[in-house]
Amino acid sequence: MATGVAAWLPFARAAAIGWMPVANCPMPVAPRDNHKRQDELIILNVSGRRFQTWRNTLDRYPDTLLGSSEKDFFYNEETKEYFFDRDPDAFRSILNFYRTGKLHYPRHECISAYDEELTFFGIIPEVIGDCCYEEYKDRKRENLERLQDDQEENKDMKLPKLNFRETIWRAFENPHTSTMALVFYYVTGFFIAISVITNVVETVPCGSTTNQKDMPCGERYTVAFFCIDTACVMIFTVEYLMRLFAAPSRYRFMRSVMSIIDVMAILPYYIGLVMTNNEDVSGAFVTLRVFRVFRIFKFSRHSQGLRILGYTLKSCASELGFLLFSLTMAIIIFATVMFYAEKGSSSSKFTSIPASFWYTIVTMTTLGYGDMVPKTIAGKIFGSICSLSGVLVIALPVPVIVSNFSRIYHQNQRADKRRAQKKARLARIRIVKSGSANAFLQSKRNGLLNELLELTGTEEDEQKLIKSTSLLESQHHHLLHCLEKTTCYPVCSLQAHEFVDEQMYKQNRLETALQNDPSRSPSICSHDSSVGTCCSHRVKRNAALPSVSVPSTHPIPMHQGPLQELRAIHIQCGDLPSHTTSRSNLNLKTDDSGRINCRGAQITTAIICLPTPSALTPDGDGLHGSAGTNIIKVSAL
Amino acid sequence: METAMERRRVETVSSPDSVEDELELSAVRHRPEGLEQLEAQTRFSRKELQILYRGFKTECPSGIVNEDTFKDIYSQFFPQGDASTYAHFLFNAFDTDHNGSVSFEDFVMGLSILLRGTVQEKLNWAFNLYDINKDGYITKEEMLDIMKAIYDMMGKCTYPVLKEETPRQHVEVFFQKMDKNKDGVVTIDEFIDCCQNDENIMRSMHLFENVL
Repeated sequence: MATGVAAWLPFARAAAIGWMPVANCPMPVAPRDNHKRQDELIILNVSGRRFQTWRNTLDRYPDTLLGSSEKDFFYNEETKEYFFDRDPDAFRSILNFYRTGKLHYPRHECISAYDEELTFFGIIPEVIGDCCYEEYKDRKRENLERLQDDQEENKDMKLPKLNFRETIWRAFENPHTSTMALVFYYVTGFFIAISVITNVVETVPCGSTTNQKDMPCGERYTVAFFCIDTACVMIFTVEYLMRLFAAPSRYRFMRSVMSIIDVMAILPYYIGLVMTNNEDVSGAFVTLRVFRVFRIFKFSRHSQGLRILGYTLKSCASELGFLLFSLTMAIIIFATVMFYAEKGSSSSKFTSIPASFWYTIVTMTTLGYGDMVPKTIAGKIFGSICSLSGVLVIALPVPVIVSNFSRIYHQNQRADKRRAQKKARLARIRIVKSGSANAFLQSKRNGLLNELLELTGTEEDEQKLIKSTSLLESQHHHLLHCLEKTTCYPVCSLQAHEFVDEQMYKQNRLETALQNDPSRSPSICSHDSSVGTCCSHRVKRNAALPSVSVPSTHPIPMHQGPLQELRAIHIQCGDLPSHTTSRSNLNLKTDDSGRINCRGAQITTAIICLPTPSALTPDGDGLHGSAGTNIIKVSAL
Repeated sequence: METAMERRRVETVSSPDSVEDELELSAVRHRPEGLEQLEAQTRFSRKELQILYRGFKTECPSGIVNEDTFKDIYSQFFPQGDASTYAHFLFNAFDTDHNGSVSFEDFVMGLSILLRGTVQEKLNWAFNLYDINKDGYITKEEMLDIMKAIYDMMGKCTYPVLKEETPRQHVEVFFQKMDKNKDGVVTIDEFIDCCQNDENIMRSMHLFENVL
């Protein structure tokens, strides 16, 4: 029941007295309102902006947050108000929903932010009023499409292991995924071009030989052309067969337009091989060569614009159909009229109505070849009407097709632009994150330093205590420490990164578990082993900056390969009791490998999402000697 | 009870000629009398009047209810049947000055009688409801209309299934009870007398006392 009407319930109940005298049976007892309280004002404090409303207003929708007891969770005893840490602007429309019963969608609001607010307050978007519902749905759909596009991009990134067939198919569909695919892509493109050019050049007259006639090149250099043709067809055949093999659904592939074009491109050649040089069929054979021009359509795999054009034409099929239909009607009408008008004149070219079709078409499209012209006055009059109407009929459906094309084209451009932007965006985000990651590492190092300094406990050292971290940070660090102590794995440290990398790291851990022996002495650190050292790889790491596009599918040990995401601080673990050793061990010098004792608990990846505003350069070296001296050389980055 | 109390101030938006009519309709607003006066005329307290008015104004921002809105609102309480006929009768009962719209004063007066009035007043009001043409007599046809309207509100899905003659039978029962002198009509005195003698009816009159 709509609850603005709840205000009228007392009225409806009172009006029920009108039934009483006619009622035959006794009435049921009325429900008592035991905890009847006076309607009171409720204060809703949303991020500092205070909204006030009657409690009854909120009670209208008992299955939302504000209408149910769920809001008690947000009750602030001291200030006697309900505090919500949400956007006050969006809250306005939500509160209006309670007041008026209609939910409106503010157009300036971002659709996902608004959705979140609705979800938080327990309101389903379906109650959005008719005035705003369409807009809401449109924007939601648009957003969804955009997200889907992005998701499709991401799908390329994270790939499970593909078998051979799937790899080939992917290579064909997205040539950018591997070098081989790219090479193949360009090679086929080149051969398509060659094939088309030879088809064209074949017919050009190539200078006369001893006989007076000019022969087309095709007949002069038959062998050469035949060789080129054969080569092209072979490439195309191989490509087609490979696609057929790799297609996930062969039946569907064979039905697709591109495969039909492929078949039509190579079939004439084979038919020509098979057919004998029979006189009867040679005519047909020549016509078959026409089909070779279909090879040019194979370019549509290489050109997106062409694909868009094809898609547009397909989607505008109804407009095109209408255009065709109306043109046909007009042609028939005018052809008939012209025929009968010109019937009288002698030596008229308008010998029949179908013959007049040609005149009508040429006139309506304003071509006007002039090979057929009306001679009678009536014919001329009708001819002019014909040409005027032709302009109109053609001009009408064309803008529809054009606008469709433009919309689809822009959509595609937008997708491409977004893709390009995304790479730059992600790279920038990475830089910022690694900056903060370095800050984390530094503060962690400081924390460790602090601990050790406290342990060693000399006066002067205590002064060097770096009290930089807030409570939140120190708790976070502690948490990460616990994690590290749990995982207990000797790893090298470079840039610490995001959580997803921790997962990748774990995945790699599993895979390299055999190789990596956690108890291995870290003296390996300095060597080029595959395990446990970062230091030696520091130089290599520096060279390879994080690049988003490289897919990290292979189960490489984390230090090698493109997984630059995994970092950890390579700090001494070992036994703490001997302070001196611990301190000296902190004096990690990268070349001083022998003293590195990576046994025991090792510090591993750091999940860095701390919003520490330090702008450390990610490419800086690890010498963050904020303790004044280069006590610790952490091979960060 | 009506005339002196109801000062209606109709504010129209001044506008050029052609659209004036349309604008006039949509811009008619009604401001009710002051709170004190309403307090004096009805048996509601100030706070109750405030609550009533707030609800009223939320649903009808223009300050008056016309019949269609009234029917809409009332129908929302009876989703399974068709409440429009009965709402029509109700509307007429509330619209005491018969000007086609129910203002807040009408609304509140009616409610005052129904919720806070004496039994006499309530029965009076009920009689007024049944007497469709307001001539002081309830005829069988009028009663049949009312009865049909009530049964319409029940809708189709009832158990046992409503039959065609049920309202008619009900009217017969009613007239047997109420029409003492068997002249085919029920007057106000017959009605009140009879109701006061009927226990069920008396009890049910007090049913909605604690609404609001």
